[in-house]
Amino acid sequence: MGFLDRVSTVVQAKMNKIMDKIEDPRETLDLSYEKQLQLLQNVKRGVAEVTTSKKRIELQKTKLQASIDKLDSQAKEALAANREDLARKALENKAGLQSQSSSLDQQIADLNDQQQKLIAAESRLAAKVEAFRTKKETIKAQYSAAEAQVKVTESVTGISEEMADVGMAVQRAEEKTDNMLARSAALDELLESGTLTDLSGDDELGRELAKAKAQGSVDDELAKMKAEMKK
Amino acid sequence: MIIRILGEGQFKLDDKHLDRLNKIDNEIVEHVSKGNKVEFRKDLAKLISIIKEEGEPLDPVEIVSSDVIIPPGDMSIAEAKKVFCGPGLIEG
Repeated sequence: MGFLDRVSTVVQAKMNKIMDKIEDPRETLDLSYEKQLQLLQNVKRGVAEVTTSKKRIELQKTKLQASIDKLDSQAKEALAANREDLARKALENKAGLQSQSSSLDQQIADLNDQQQKLIAAESRLAAKVEAFRTKKETIKAQYSAAEAQVKVTESVTGISEEMADVGMAVQRAEEKTDNMLARSAALDELLESGTLTDLSGDDELGRELAKAKAQGSVDDELAKMKAEMKK
Repeated sequence: MIIRILGEGQFKLDDKHLDRLNKIDNEIVEHVSKGNKVEFRKDLAKLISIIKEEGEPLDPVEIVSSDVIIPPGDMSIAEAKKVFCGPGLIEG
């Protein structure tokens, strides 16, 4: 059995679950329609979740960029104060943040892709649900005819496949989003603890840099005083 | 022939492409069994691009079942293995 046959089997198993436990074909139509409306709500929620996550990661990327810029200017300050060791440390941290930043770019691109796909899925499902609603009423009206039974099976099977597909897309999007949010929270923690970024704060490097700068200005002032006294 | 790419909707494709799809399908089975990640992704992407290039998207108001269902392009080889051994890519 090929790969595609198996994928189809899996999707059909899901479809059968959607269609389960229904005996009266007219009931099938109504129940399926109700489930379609529920699913449509789920997709809308899925789109909203992906959009929120994307915004959050974009915000994080902005914060990260600010930290990168800050480290860059700190490296320059350190060099100006003749502290190559501190400049090196700042640039090392900057490189670390830059790799985080490109991983965020990738995540944003992924989320964007998910978002576009879900929006397209929502509009396809909405069109199908509306078509189904019309068809449902037509089929119900001709229920006495033998062909109605066939039409019920056809349309419910067709729409169940769409529902299985869209349901899966929402589930995948949620899994991906959860995963990214967890990573994003971990990165936030790193940023907030200042491990990576805060060279000017209370950490050792920041103190060293401040000391070096202070030393520089003391040296300058001493030189100026000496010069004045010689006059 | 109606083909569904999971997550991307249904496409109408001329039957003459079926042999090509089958051939890639067989290769995908092999990549999954050998755990060949790179080739798996490449062939899955190829399969999807053939359908999109040669096929026409089905009007969404048409309610019909598909003849073939293709997994989503971002499916990982781990998920593909589940299709073969476990409950599949869709949890009930």
